[in-house]
Amino acid sequence: MTLLAGIDPVAVAAALIVAATPILLAAIGELVTEKAGVLNLGVEGMMILGAVVGFAAAVATGSVLLGLAAAAAAGAALAGLFAVLVLGLLANQVATGLALTLFGLGLSALIGQGYIGVRPPPAGRLAVPGLSDLPVLGRLVFSHDVLVYTGVALVAGVWAFLRFSRAGLILRAVGESHDAAHALGFPVRRVRALAILFGGACAGLGGAHLSLVRVPQWTEGMTAGAGWIALALVVFASWRPWRVMLGAWLFGGIAVLQLNLQAAGVKIPVEYLAMSPYLVTILVLVIITADRPRAALHAPAALGRPFHAAG
Amino acid sequence: MQSTKRMLAGAALALALAAPAAAEPVKVGYIYVGPIGDYGYSHEHNVGRLAVDAHFGDKVETSYVESVPEGADAERVMTQMALAGTDIIFATSFGYMDPVNNVAARFPDVRFEHATGYKREHPNVALYNARFYEGRAVIGHIAARMTKTNVIGYIASYPIPEVIMGINAAYLHARKANPQIQFKIVWAYTWFDPALEADAANALIEQGADVIMQHTDSTAPMAIAEQKGFYAFGQASDMIAFGPNAQLTAIIDNWGPYYIDRVQKVIDGTWESQDVWLGMKEDMVVMAPLSERIPADVRAEAEAMMAAIKAGTYHPFTGPINRQDGTPWLAAGEVADDKTLLGMNFYVEGIEGAIPN
Repeated sequence: MTLLAGIDPVAVAAALIVAATPILLAAIGELVTEKAGVLNLGVEGMMILGAVVGFAAAVATGSVLLGLAAAAAAGAALAGLFAVLVLGLLANQVATGLALTLFGLGLSALIGQGYIGVRPPPAGRLAVPGLSDLPVLGRLVFSHDVLVYTGVALVAGVWAFLRFSRAGLILRAVGESHDAAHALGFPVRRVRALAILFGGACAGLGGAHLSLVRVPQWTEGMTAGAGWIALALVVFASWRPWRVMLGAWLFGGIAVLQLNLQAAGVKIPVEYLAMSPYLVTILVLVIITADRPRAALHAPAALGRPFHAAG
Repeated sequence: MQSTKRMLAGAALALALAAPAAAEPVKVGYIYVGPIGDYGYSHEHNVGRLAVDAHFGDKVETSYVESVPEGADAERVMTQMALAGTDIIFATSFGYMDPVNNVAARFPDVRFEHATGYKREHPNVALYNARFYEGRAVIGHIAARMTKTNVIGYIASYPIPEVIMGINAAYLHARKANPQIQFKIVWAYTWFDPALEADAANALIEQGADVIMQHTDSTAPMAIAEQKGFYAFGQASDMIAFGPNAQLTAIIDNWGPYYIDRVQKVIDGTWESQDVWLGMKEDMVVMAPLSERIPADVRAEAEAMMAAIKAGTYHPFTGPINRQDGTPWLAAGEVADDKTLLGMNFYVEGIEGAIPN
């Protein structure tokens, strides 16, 4: 292909998987939250808090894994605040989510004061003797950081959980009709709280991937809108785990590809290249959903509606 | 999200207005395109603001709003600042150009200072800019002498004259030092997105670049260069903390003295609209200490160039220079005029690729 002259497709493919991981993690978490009927617009705030807390913990302990655990805990803690406000005090979900983003951005800037210019411990990469040295597959599949595999595993896990498990069925029931689920005796608020916490932990991990692996440094505001892209992705993927992954890889992939095309000096107008990740991702996800009238059914019917147990 | 942040800032300003006005300090407002924690461009403007605070103490009251998108949002923020009784507003990014002039028309008593633009439609608008291209000429020379692959990676933000001028200045001096040099340019279409800037740096390294230049504001490209063992140059701010081995030098924007001077003029009642473009000579453009990794001869060449620019004996855009298409731009010995530079929309001869529209 002349279009790809001078570009190593394996390097680009490997880079796209890395670039897609933060939004993939955040989006799969938000998918579970929304499947339980809760719209949490605070993804950006939870991501950036995860980015700074994960960074701080990794620097303090010298362990990236502990950093990731702390990031997940921080994301979940912020999500826990959201859960208290939304489930306990029946606050408006949209307003609370937006406030969560603002709070997360501000709090992360405060926590991050002492970490400017600090370098985190190097994130370990998978190194399987033999496999990681394979010509193409080695670089593509067997040489990433732990979060890349976590992201894929989470997608598979969420898919299986929602589709095959009884708990997944209950979670979906809560998201479709909390009144019916409540009438059947399911603990609506507990299910939603757990889903919110899961979403927060995933977003925190996504943020930590930015600060510990992809960039790697702490910079104020470094998520730069990734949380909003993750939110949009869930909708365009019509709340289906594998499509979320497809969307994240498309977005990350085209973003990386267009930078490589530019660097290689391919003669395509740059302004089109720069907007292509947004356009192509939306187009593809809309098209695969378009000819199915029941696509709308995938939107949880009780999404964003507060639950108040009557009687 | 951003707008809510600004609403809060606006409310804070309104509260400040309601407070008892005892000594009536001069109110100075700043708007930044990125977070002050970018440790690049917006950070340095904020360093300038803090210099004003330190210099005047109680006589001034400064405030700022960060991460203000270029466009309608900027207009809203400046309107709020003006309504809150701000005396002088520094709008610190190119894209605030039209918003500044729109708001200035509605508030003739508020002074507006716009950085890096060229529109001055009202008597209460002043323009200030730094000759960043002087620094870019120096780093172009150093880059060309340090590269082993002869490929320099350049992360550009938006195709505006400021950025194109920087690419041209760096390229001209790189080619002069090393005729084999090649520039690979990536347009990021953002001023601040660390993840994207990091990806851009990786893509350029993948394409053979071993020295990275950036005209975006975050420290991410520096971090990537440090991680992978390549060289880079700090943008707007000394980024040595992010790349102790990678940073060869940095172009530092030193706004403090200018801000102090202009605020003093507001206090004295002598503020007037003006259009200034200051450089190394006036210490508005300052180079960070040259890295130990630069060999002595290269260091001497770079220092000589800086001294000549500072003394006013050398202008980085001195002919003969042709445009990219081969047509002559400057004859031998001819020096570019400021107007052409500030509207620069063409590459010089030798740069590959086209400028996006």
